[in-house]
Amino acid sequence: MTKEKTDKKRTIVVPGEVIASGKEFLPGDGTRREGKDIIALKFGLLEKSDKLVKVIPLSGAYIPRTGNTVIGQVTDLTFNGWFIDVGAPHLGFLPVAECAGYINKKDLAEHYAIGDTLVCKVRATRTKSVELTMKDQTCKKLNGGFLMSVNPTRVPRVIGRAGSMVSTIKNETGCSIIVGQNGMIWIKGRDIQSEMLARDAITLIVEKPFIDGLTDQVKDFLNKRKNG
Amino acid sequence: MAEKFKRPDGRKPEETRKIEAKVGIIPRADGSASFSFGKSKAIAAVYGPRQLIPRHLENPEKGVLRCNYTMLSFSVSERMRPGPSRRSQEISHEIAKALEPAVLLDQFPNTVIDVFIQIIEADASTRCAAVNAASMALANAGIPMKELIGSVSGGKLGKTIIVDLTKDEEDYKIKEEKAATDVATAFLGRSGKLSLLHMDGDLNTKELKEALELSKKTCLNIVEIQKKALKKVKEK
Repeated sequence: MTKEKTDKKRTIVVPGEVIASGKEFLPGDGTRREGKDIIALKFGLLEKSDKLVKVIPLSGAYIPRTGNTVIGQVTDLTFNGWFIDVGAPHLGFLPVAECAGYINKKDLAEHYAIGDTLVCKVRATRTKSVELTMKDQTCKKLNGGFLMSVNPTRVPRVIGRAGSMVSTIKNETGCSIIVGQNGMIWIKGRDIQSEMLARDAITLIVEKPFIDGLTDQVKDFLNKRKNG
Repeated sequence: MAEKFKRPDGRKPEETRKIEAKVGIIPRADGSASFSFGKSKAIAAVYGPRQLIPRHLENPEKGVLRCNYTMLSFSVSERMRPGPSRRSQEISHEIAKALEPAVLLDQFPNTVIDVFIQIIEADASTRCAAVNAASMALANAGIPMKELIGSVSGGKLGKTIIVDLTKDEEDYKIKEEKAATDVATAFLGRSGKLSLLHMDGDLNTKELKEALELSKKTCLNIVEIQKKALKKVKEK
């Protein structure tokens, strides 16, 4: 703990570890109060900001939250909507009523067919399903490009502070990139080389969750690759 | 008997075999780990939370923790028939029940967390190695847990209370009569509560208490080893 304060490096904590002791601390995400102590519930990086203590998980499946922008694939369709796999424990459901514009209910496949990739938003989470909506400016059907998936816990790193990381990659490679909160990333560029470059840059970010100042490293990496 | 007592491999009564713990060994799993006591080696892979199939087993109040323990056919000197057996099914349930008190399953209703444990080399205490591997793999999978779980087999050899029995020790005989008892135990790492107890052989109350105390001490040490293994991920 003393080491953490001096060089500002974040420490790894494991479940059951006492991470703060005293009534003045507040337990945040991934922690719990047990008597006087605050213990970690998850395996991850410890973050203390003033009195709030939280654990940022290093791994784990995607748990949907209302308002998340996700990328998913249509797996099935019914008379009133589409089932969409968003990588959550349960399938997502997108009802016809949650799509903008007119839809011919007699032929839903005309609109979105099985295998289509969509950007959508989580409207609500139910016990056995995830309710999705397309009524947002960011939501659309994705044509062309390719999908890669990363661990959902790495998504904040890929996006960077206020989108700095992803916009660096976009500018350097000229690709359009959409990052879903569920860890699905869609990349489309002019040619396969630039797409591959963007993919490799994202892989680099995902493999290095502990380093500060990663944006500069990614810039170096992209420049090196572009110049030979 | 109380004079100099020596175990077949020269260990002290309270000494375990060489412990090795590794985390993140299976890239496609959500979480994975391996754990070994000498020649007993277990690997565990965790998947989920994910949809539970068959769906009638879903519990709307809390998630299901499903364990699958298998001894691979080459894990013992005489080839073992692969596939589930009466023994492996029982141990699977035992391990699930040992892990359950530490895992916060109420956060994942209607889902399952699958834990697959395979024994790649067996020399007694395999279920203990399995619990340790599963505990680390669950943490590695980002599943919320109150604490880690440590497990070790305690027991009696002749008249001495020992920990971490090998196969040779389990089969120890004095005058053609079985003279060894093994008690597989698991303890929760922070609260020190008992979550698994499985005894083969006989012990009186005093001996059992003594064995449990020694096992508890060892389990808490094993939890420290698990913590160290988990924290090592950073250096990669």
